[in-house]
Amino acid sequence: MSAAGGVMRHWVPVTFGVAVLMAVAAAVEGLLLAGVLNRYIIPLPSEVVVGLRRIVAEEDILGKLLITGQECLYAMVLVASVGILMGALLHRVAVLRMACETWIAAMASAPIVLMYPLFLVIFGRSQTTIITMGFIAGLPPVILKTIEGLSGTRRVLIDVGKSFNVSPAQLFWKILFPAAMPTIFVGLRLGLIFCLINIVGVEFLINLGGLGAAINEFAERYDLAGTYAAICFVILTSVIFFVATERIERWLRPQD
Amino acid sequence: MAEAAGLSRVSGVPPVLGRVGRVRLLLVATMVAIWEALSASGFFYRDVIPSLLAIARAMVAVLAQGEFYRHLAVTLAEVATALAIGGSIGILLGLLLGANRFLSRAFEHYLYWLGPTPKIIFFPIMIMWFGIGPESKIAMGAISCFFPIVLSTAAGMRAIDPILIRVGQSFKASPWQAATKIYLPAMREPVLNGVRLGLGVAIIGTLLAETKLSNAGIGYLIMQAYAVFDMPRMYAMLIVLFALAIGANELVGRCGRRPVSRP
Repeated sequence: MSAAGGVMRHWVPVTFGVAVLMAVAAAVEGLLLAGVLNRYIIPLPSEVVVGLRRIVAEEDILGKLLITGQECLYAMVLVASVGILMGALLHRVAVLRMACETWIAAMASAPIVLMYPLFLVIFGRSQTTIITMGFIAGLPPVILKTIEGLSGTRRVLIDVGKSFNVSPAQLFWKILFPAAMPTIFVGLRLGLIFCLINIVGVEFLINLGGLGAAINEFAERYDLAGTYAAICFVILTSVIFFVATERIERWLRPQD
Repeated sequence: MAEAAGLSRVSGVPPVLGRVGRVRLLLVATMVAIWEALSASGFFYRDVIPSLLAIARAMVAVLAQGEFYRHLAVTLAEVATALAIGGSIGILLGLLLGANRFLSRAFEHYLYWLGPTPKIIFFPIMIMWFGIGPESKIAMGAISCFFPIVLSTAAGMRAIDPILIRVGQSFKASPWQAATKIYLPAMREPVLNGVRLGLGVAIIGTLLAETKLSNAGIGYLIMQAYAVFDMPRMYAMLIVLFALAIGANELVGRCGRRPVSRP
């Protein structure tokens, strides 16, 4: 009974939410057809649904998704290797950590994406600019979470390692790193989110690359349904991506 | 040297720079040296990495121009309006979602999912709806700041200690009294944290929109400097912009901190 109650408590509001969204879409469709809303700036929701199919079949949006994914992958390989290495170094050298940690935290909250004209000048209008922007945006959370994870390793584990006379490298690879892995993954997830946001944003701003550039292209063509459909596609992709990484993070988190 | 350090410790006089301070100084000096070396190396095209002196000169020139302040006023007005619109809608909706479990379960996950998507992709729609003037930049800023504020307010509303609410009820507090004496003071910190986050992303959203398409504002000035390859000026404006963004963030953060009560 209580399980059924729990299911009801979960699904009734979710269904209500979906129903409200569909009702809003239907109302917008009706207002557009009645001429109350301007069809030159808002496409029919039904056209956007058809547009979604069209951009997949005719505009190679999946190919553009692959380009964005590839840029994210390159940036994240850099973020993971440099970020974890820097985090480990700062964890090991306490004075360096005390000197730099606040700077890195400030960098995490700084509007780094606004520096994109600078990278345009240095690297030109190329994928290197996009990947560099993603790399810089994704780096701070990985460094900070690596430090946090390594510092949070239980003392007893380190003592057990020392009692076995392990070398510093063995201590790191056999004890510190595995113990810090769940926290490092949180940092990698945050880094990946920052990276993706910046990569799609810069793609849009410089009109180059994958999904961001696709939205820009549709807007410049004044393909209204295509623009809205591409935006919906980016949102859907982001949602799937965030939910998937959140699930992996939950799976990695140690259960008490 | 060590004796001197020991002496200053014994006499209670703190050293001018601690170990951390010295490391910081060394890091800054290293970065300056690397920058100047790269600037002089000829490895990059001329002026791509200008000397720090050139940047300082450009900054003085930028800050001395009335034109800069006119554009700064445009950007500040856009950000402030965006924060006022996005923030007030965010707070109202946050209160509604925080107070009502059913509505929260129905809609909050959409906001949670939409929160981290790159907002700049909505800019073409904003241009179609509001034109290429400041309105579309305000709309971008408002959309950007809406999400952190609504989520933070809803979480803050749910985190209010139920004991406080029951105490208010036992004193038969009127709705106005409950709002001003219990809810608002209890939610001050989460709401201000949301506003702080919202301000940061509103600045980013507005300025990115300005760099994409505008004829006024700091984002426009940066793109103008980029277009004529005036790199020292561009660096100078980016530095000023970062200083302003960090300063505004710190200001809102200070408002959020509770004053330390004296016994």
